[in-house]
Formats: sequence, C-alpha cells, structure tokens
Amino acid sequence: MAGLELLSDQGYRLDGRKATELRKVQARMGVFAQADGSAYLEQGNTKALAVVYGPHEIRGSRSRALHDRAVINCQYSMATFSTAERKRRPHGDRKSTEMSLHLKQTFEAAVLTELYPRSQIDIYVKILQSDGGNYSVCVNAATLAVIDAGIPMRDYVCACTVGFVDETSLADLCYAEESGGVSSLALALLPRGGQIALVQMDARLHQDHLDTLIEAAMTACKGVSKVLDQVVRQHLQEASTLQE
Amino acid sequence: MARVKVSEAEKVYILHGIRDDLRVDGRSCEDYRHMEVETDVVSNTDGSARVSLGHTAVLVGIKAEIGKPRPLVPDEGYLEFFVDCSANATPEFEGRGGEELGIELSNTLYRVFNNRSSVDLKSLCISAGEHCWVLYVDVLLLQCDGNLYDAISVAIKAALFNTKIPRVHMSSDEEGGKEVELSDDPFDCVRLNVESVPCIVTLCKVGHRHVVDATLQEKACSVASLIIAVTHRGTVTCAKKMGGGSLDPESIFEMTEAGKRVGKALHAPLMKLLQQEESLGKKRQKVGFLG
Repeated sequence: MAGLELLSDQGYRLDGRKATELRKVQARMGVFAQADGSAYLEQGNTKALAVVYGPHEIRGSRSRALHDRAVINCQYSMATFSTAERKRRPHGDRKSTEMSLHLKQTFEAAVLTELYPRSQIDIYVKILQSDGGNYSVCVNAATLAVIDAGIPMRDYVCACTVGFVDETSLADLCYAEESGGVSSLALALLPRGGQIALVQMDARLHQDHLDTLIEAAMTACKGVSKVLDQVVRQHLQEASTLQE
Repeated sequence: MARVKVSEAEKVYILHGIRDDLRVDGRSCEDYRHMEVETDVVSNTDGSARVSLGHTAVLVGIKAEIGKPRPLVPDEGYLEFFVDCSANATPEFEGRGGEELGIELSNTLYRVFNNRSSVDLKSLCISAGEHCWVLYVDVLLLQCDGNLYDAISVAIKAALFNTKIPRVHMSSDEEGGKEVELSDDPFDCVRLNVESVPCIVTLCKVGHRHVVDATLQEKACSVASLIIAVTHRGTVTCAKKMGGGSLDPESIFEMTEAGKRVGKALHAPLMKLLQQEESLGKKRQKVGFLG
C-alpha cells in the first residue's frame, strides 16, 4: 500500500506493535452447553468460535469409517458479515474447503485418534470477524474446544501467521499487513516437543530467510501456547470451585 | 431443526404438566426463558446484536450498502435477509444441510420486516430511482433450542436500533452526473426509528393449551404452531401457521389473542434495555461471548 509503512524506522508496525509482539488474546471455553466442546477466541480484532461434537458414530456412509482410528471432520466457515466487504457464501467456496482440509490435517497430528476406532470427531470453526491470521485463530480456538470436549491430545496445537518485511520477521499479522504484500507463512506447532503440524506459505521468499522466519513463527506459537494453557487452567479452576 | 427424541412417557408427562400450567422447567405457559440481548458485538458491521434465549443463541449483523432501488418503488430502500444455519448448532447443518431451514426462515423474515409499515423504507432513499440504501441483514444461528423466530426477531430489532448509516449527500460533477459523497466525519450517521418494528411470537399448541417459547422437547409434543408478528401497539402484522397438524378456528383465535398480549409486553422492556445500553456509550463493557 503506497504511503503506509509496514515497519517504521523506530520498529513500530501499523497498529503500534513491535515486530515480535502478538495481538491480545482473550478466550473462553464452554461457551455453548449443547455442544460437546466449544470455545471462543479473540486475537486482536479477529474473532473465532469453535465447536466440537464427538467422538460419536460415523454419520452418513459407514464405508468412511477407519478400523483403527477416528475420522476427524472439519468445517471452516466465515460469517457473511465478518469481512469488510460482505461475503455472499459462508462456506463451500474453494478457500473455505482448503482451510477445512488444513484444519483436518493439523488436528489429525495432535488428537489421539487411535483411542476411538470407527468413530468420528467433528470440529466446526466459524469466523465472526476477520482481521488477518484467520487460520491461526481457528486452530487456537479449535484446540480449546477439543480440550473442552475432553478429547485427549498429544499437546496443545498453537498456530501463528508470520511475515517477512525489511529483513525482519513480523509475528501475528493483521489484515492490513497480510494484504500489504508481505510474504506470509502460517505455522501450527505442538510446543512441548517442537513438532510442526502444518506449514503453509504461498509467497516468494529467499531461501536464506526461511530458517529465521520459521524460528520466529515457533517462538510466537510458544507465546500463544502459554496463553492457552492459562485459559485452560483458569477454566478448570472456575469449574471445580463452582461444583464445591 | 435439530431433532430431539422424546419417548411416549415423556410426552404424556409434558402434556399433563402443560394442562396444569406447569412446564418442565417450572415456567407458566406464557413465560419466556432467560433472555440476554447485547448490541454492537461485531465491529465490521454497521449494526449488530447478539441474543441468547435459554440455549438458543443468535447473532445478527447488518451492513448498509448503496444500491439501486427496486423499479416498482423508486423512492424506497429495502432489506435483504440471509439466514445461515451454521454447523455449530448441530452436525446435521454441515455443508448444505442447513440450507432448507435457512431459506424458510429468511422467507418469513422478508414478509415480516421488509415492508414500509415495519421499517421506514423511505428514509433509506438517497435519490429517487438511482440510489438507495440496501440493508443486508445476516442472521447467524449458533445454537438451536427451539423458538428460533422469536430470538431472531428480537435480535433484528436490536441490530436495527444499533445500526449507524453514514450520512451522504448528492453532488453533481462536471459532466452533470450525480455522485454520492460520504461525509468526512466517521461518527456522522443516521439512526433508524425502530418503534414500529414488530417482534415475532411463536405459540405451539400442546394438547388443548398453547405455550409461548417452546423448547425442542415441547415442540416435539406439539401438534402445530402459529407465528405472529406483533408491534408495540399490539397490532398483528403477519401470521403464519407452521407444522403438520391442524388447528381449529377457536384455537387460532385464542392463540392470536395470547400472542398479542405477550408480544405487546415484550416491546417495552426491550426498548428500555436498548436505550439504557445506548446511554452508557463508550463506558459500556463489551462482553460478547467472553462473559
């Protein structure tokens, strides 16, 4: 965007953050009583709602059942009022289908599906407001929802979108930065073991910068995992004190 | 709608309770469940509202765009409705499963709200025959526990109250063509008058009595239901019978009278709450789903 500096000389970004600073994360688990697990997460201005149903019997065709593990079924959709320009179809377009497949891949790496053969776990994520980092916010919200549903996982799954501009890595991009021509990379991490569940990038980046960018993404994800851990512990505390 | 399986014994229990004016959760036949209303929850929209009625949760977002008025009524704007039955509510709504219900809901909303007696459509006109405001009302169904119409109509009324339409003025450029200019001040906006916007009341006939705000279980025991759109004066603007059973004329009359009473009583507290929320202004703590 002409005239708008993505990174000023003093090191400040468009919204006043420093290069490695994440946006404010606020989350709540157990938002809906009817679903097996649900969570709401806000990262800056991006808001996502994740709902988990399962594990339950496979719906539809029995032939899709796997004999040794559970099938994870994800759907990503955006509310029609979530973007600045009104979106006509909430889901079903190519971008949403691709995102759903990415979410499926991410959670298959983390959920202990071997414990539930021949069953299905549904993860539905809805973006209520979109301001950049949609995939990452979805993964973070879905992690909390899966934990709320009581489905065992190997580790938290934390995701972050990072970009590279002016020899610096910017953590947690907002919409203005994503559309401003920054090479962005989305990474989903299992923080304790340092295992990467998903890496996605579709921009041009010099090979030498790739390592720094991935390092920056992993550090940002570890930061997110601390926040998610705190949210889970607080939720557990609230739930147990109410029951006394 | 999400299906709930109710056994014969449960049906009898619910029927007998309603006959004695005592429902499963202790309410009387004309009581609503606990309702929460909050406006201005999504900042990308021009107006938004979130309503939760018991376990039913609905989110409405309104975006105002400039469009061409319809040919038959060139001096009025209009509303466009879209109801998204999301998979969050029940896995049956995944993919295209929720489309049928969504289309049915949005068609009813068109009939209830998109007319000049409910909303002042003339105020949405910018220049007759060329430009007008089109309000895209998007309803997002998050949780389904019966009584969708009531929750959606309260949310739409609250969102319309919250809608801020930017002030525009027409200017003519050099070639004589007209241009629409938005005012420079982002807070300079026009608000809508929602006094005459109706609220929908759904009455389900269970046994020989009717209940307001039925849960999914009560709906499973009901024969048929009647939805009535009632304004703040108690006038009925729209009525529709839903469901597979048949109703006799006396029950329809009784249900309409009850609906008028209940609907009229719904408007005053709602407007009071909306105005109270508005008066808090910037000091208001926005809760959204975090509370």
